[in-house]
Order: sequence, then C-alpha cells, then structure tokens
Amino acid sequence: MASTIEGATGTWEYVIGLEVHAQIVSKSKLFSGASTEFGSEPNSQVSTIDAGMPGMLPVINMTCIEQAVKTGLAIEGTVNRYSVFDRKNYFYPDLPQGYQISQFKQPIVSEGRLVIEMEDGSEKVIGIERLHVEQDAGKSLHDQDPGHSYVDLNRSGVGLMEIVSKPDLRSPEEAAAYVRKLRSILRYVGTCDGNMQEGSMRVDANVSMRRPGEAYGTRCEIKNLNSVRFMSRALEYEALRQVDILEAGGTVAQETRLFDVGRGETRSMRSKEEAHDYRYFPDPDLLPLRLEQELINAVAASMPELPDAKRHRFMAEFGLSPYDASVLVAEKENADFYEAVAEGRDKKLAANWMISELFGLLNKAGKEIGESPVSADALGELLDLISDDTISGRTAKEVFAEMFETGKAAGQIVEEKGLRQVTDTGAIEAVIDEVMARETQKVAEYRSGKDKLFGFFVGQVMKASGGKANPKMVNEVLKKKLDG
Amino acid sequence: MSFDKTTVARISRLARIATTPAEQERLAGELGGILAWVEQLDEVDVAGVAPMTSVVEMNLKAREDVVSDGGDAEAILKNAPSSAHGFFVVPKVVE
Repeated sequence: MASTIEGATGTWEYVIGLEVHAQIVSKSKLFSGASTEFGSEPNSQVSTIDAGMPGMLPVINMTCIEQAVKTGLAIEGTVNRYSVFDRKNYFYPDLPQGYQISQFKQPIVSEGRLVIEMEDGSEKVIGIERLHVEQDAGKSLHDQDPGHSYVDLNRSGVGLMEIVSKPDLRSPEEAAAYVRKLRSILRYVGTCDGNMQEGSMRVDANVSMRRPGEAYGTRCEIKNLNSVRFMSRALEYEALRQVDILEAGGTVAQETRLFDVGRGETRSMRSKEEAHDYRYFPDPDLLPLRLEQELINAVAASMPELPDAKRHRFMAEFGLSPYDASVLVAEKENADFYEAVAEGRDKKLAANWMISELFGLLNKAGKEIGESPVSADALGELLDLISDDTISGRTAKEVFAEMFETGKAAGQIVEEKGLRQVTDTGAIEAVIDEVMARETQKVAEYRSGKDKLFGFFVGQVMKASGGKANPKMVNEVLKKKLDG
Repeated sequence: MSFDKTTVARISRLARIATTPAEQERLAGELGGILAWVEQLDEVDVAGVAPMTSVVEMNLKAREDVVSDGGDAEAILKNAPSSAHGFFVVPKVVE
C-alpha cells in the first residue's frame, strides 16, 4: 500500500485527517419547520429562519439531536449530556444569517473510533475527535449567468453532523476506507443517506507530509470533496505538491484549497484566507442542550446490529472469509438479502452466489439490490435445486441468467427447458460407453498412463449429455470404467 | 485592553462594515472604553465556577420533526434586490 512517497531526498509519509459533513435524515430542518427534501423548486423550502430574517428564533428539532446521539453511539463515542450551540461568523451569499449555528467548545459527542479494513485483510483503528451538530448552508449556482451567482436556500438550515477524525490516516487508501466505513455505519443506523452525488455527505481533507516518525508538518485543507475517488486523487496530487515544496527547501503555507476535478489538481481558495477568524461565541438565541440519560439509553436500545458486529458474526457463525463478509455487510440491504438467502442453506454457497453471480449481473445492469429481478426467495430456490442435485452448478448459472432476464422461478425454467440433471446411473453409463466407443485411441492412451486425459473424457461426456449429467457421478462412473 | 486602529480596521472588514481611517481612530477609543467597562467583571472571583452560557434555569425548547413551514418562495424572495427563476441573484462569487 502506498502510504509513503519516495522523494528525491528520501521517504515522506502522509498524515491525513478528515472532516465529514453528513446531512441528518429528518423531515424538517434543524431549527425550522421547512422541509429537507432534495431536488425541489428553488427557495420553496425556506422559512423566515432559514432566510435569516431579523427577529426570528431558532427552535431545535429533537429528532435531529436523537440522530446525532445514535451516530455518536455507533462510532463508540461519548455522548455529552451537556452541549452548547455557538455562532460561527462569516460572510457568504448562501449564508443569510451571516453566521452558522454550530458547536465549538462543547460538542454533543466526543472521542469515538472506527475500524477500517484494508484490502489485504488487515484492520486499523481510526480515532474520531468529535461529532457536532450544525446548520447546512444554501447552495450557490455559478454557471447560470455570466455576471451573477444564483442562490437557492432550500438547503439552508438542514441539520448536519460534522464528524472529525484524528490525524490517524496514513494513505489515500486508508482515507477512502474510512469514508466508506463511516458511510456504511451512517446508512446502517439511518442517520444519513450517504448520497455523495446529491451532496448529503461531503468531505474536507486535511493533509500534510512528514518524514516517517517525525513531528507533523504544516497541513492544507482540501474542501468539499464529493466522491471517494476524487478525494483519493486530490490527496495524491496534494502530497506530491507538498513534497516538491519541502524538497526544494520551501515551506508549505497553511491554507484552504479546492480540488479542480477537470484539471486533477488542487489550488488555493484565496477568498477563504481572511475568513478564518470565525469569532465563535455561544448563540444567545439558544439555551444549552441538556440530554437525559433515559433518552440516550432509549436510543442505544434502538440500535441495529452494526457492520463490524455483522461481519464478525458472518465469519464466526457462517464460516465466511473476511473478504466475503466485508463485501456482504458493506450495505445493510445486501446483508439482509444474504441472510434471507442463507437461512437454512449452505452459507458459503449462498455467499458465492450473491457475490459472483447476483452482484455481477446487478452491476452489469446498473441496478441496486432493491431493484433485483431475482428475490432472495427465488435465489434460495435455485440453491436448493443445486443442493438436492436437481441441476449442476453450471446449469444453475444458465438458469440464473434467465431468472434475472425474465423473472421466472428456477424450478419453472428447469422444467420448461428440460434441464433436470441426469442422476440415473444407467443413463450415465450409456453416455460414457458411447464416448469411449468413439474415442478408442484416447482410451488406449489414457490406459497407458496419460492420466491427464481424464478431464477430456469428463468434458466429452458432459457435452454428450447436453450438460445435464451429474458431474460427480460422471467422475465416479468414468473412473471406474476407464480404470477397469 | 486597549484597541488600536489596525484591530478596528480588521474587525470592521470581518463584519463588512466600511470605516474611514478617521472613524477607526474614534472607534478605537470608544471600543476601548467599552472593553475597559466590561473588564470590571474581572474583579469578581470566579475560581471553581463553570463558564455560564445562560442565566435562565430552563431547558432548551424543542420541536417535533414535522414540516410546518416553507412553501412560499415568492414571500422569501420579496425583499431580494434581485431575483430570477426563483433564485436570489447576487454578484458573481467564484472560487
């Protein structure tokens, strides 16, 4: 894994910390009764609070707070029973209040952790500094008019959780694994839909480079990364840029940068340079937030099984490999589908069919598991036909492709096409005799020691039976006949 | 704590309030006076007292998660100096 960069003067190591902004799943906004729905007509979901009209008072949406508590527990954080909302002051056209209501000194959650799994199967614990609740800003569109920007305040005031990691990540791959894991957890607990295209999850990445083991260098912050792939590319570009500066004897300026997707490079956001003095102070419109222990307990009791626990259960109880278990638990919908298929059946067979066949066809069709033309029950029925030797695994793949295409049941396809496997010893012997009679030359070669020809005979017999002979029986009978 | 003109210039810029050098001079004096007045609070011994964000013994009022507002873009845009197609229109701000 490329956690280091070889420069001209030696090795450099990445130090990465991520701030993830996750939109809270709720019907109405954090401090107003306007809807949070995505994609509506501009400014149609804006209250006078969201528009920053004078004299309006924010009133907290308790569901948003419960969602933050749930997320805090899911990342094994400490839920603080006393937290405070502050004003973060800055000017931008999509921030009508002139400040964002956020939490600064006393966030609702502190000190959590999250385990990432790397492709080689290794695990690493990443510390989480804090989770706080804040308002989202509106949205500016810059491409509608050559001389003006257009502002839509529908997003203004939607509840956000900002989740800040410790600088524990050491490569773009680890950063990517962290974002994917966090997204998976958020979707499991249902507190954020994790939709990065629609902007409901956005990442700011802090990155600096250092000689391995030495003190942290000066970091830059890359703002508003809206896909895991772009984040990795931005981090790789930024690392090389910083190494070039450091090796030339220069110093990295601490600044906010933007990733230009088209050019594949980061550049300085000059407008943000002066804005760093946010003059935080407690929001006088809001009292401190006190949480009853009963509320925290109730949220804890409503917690579903989380991806890590599910993954370990799939490995321990079902005997799945770490890789298969990781793939199956990443999305809750996949894990639920798998458990329905595997119930009362061969667990590994079910896992293989989900991962190589079902996911393969779904990917090709560009479909999510929820849109699968083959239900869990239907796939289960197909696996039953394999297990009771009605069809061979190879035939099952053809049947499955047709199930995916037509939505028909496995049993129906097998009957209609006459794919039922031949398990009658007499019938199999007849086919084998026929093949051996035709291939006398090869039979002689085999008997004089060319063992490798066995595969050839299996192939010929399977072909002659139209793929319907039971492969295990073909092997047994063939061996007996050839050797005898 | 006393205020100098540079500090006044910086905070007036952060607050987007235009000030002339003459006004900055005057404001430095006025703001310095206000701060000196507030600093009298330093005379109170607050050792062992937790920082206070509110003086009322009350919990934060909360609401249910229901949609009860919005749906009137026209009203929201009414005071906008400029608007088009349902959007606020502002001078170009691009990074």
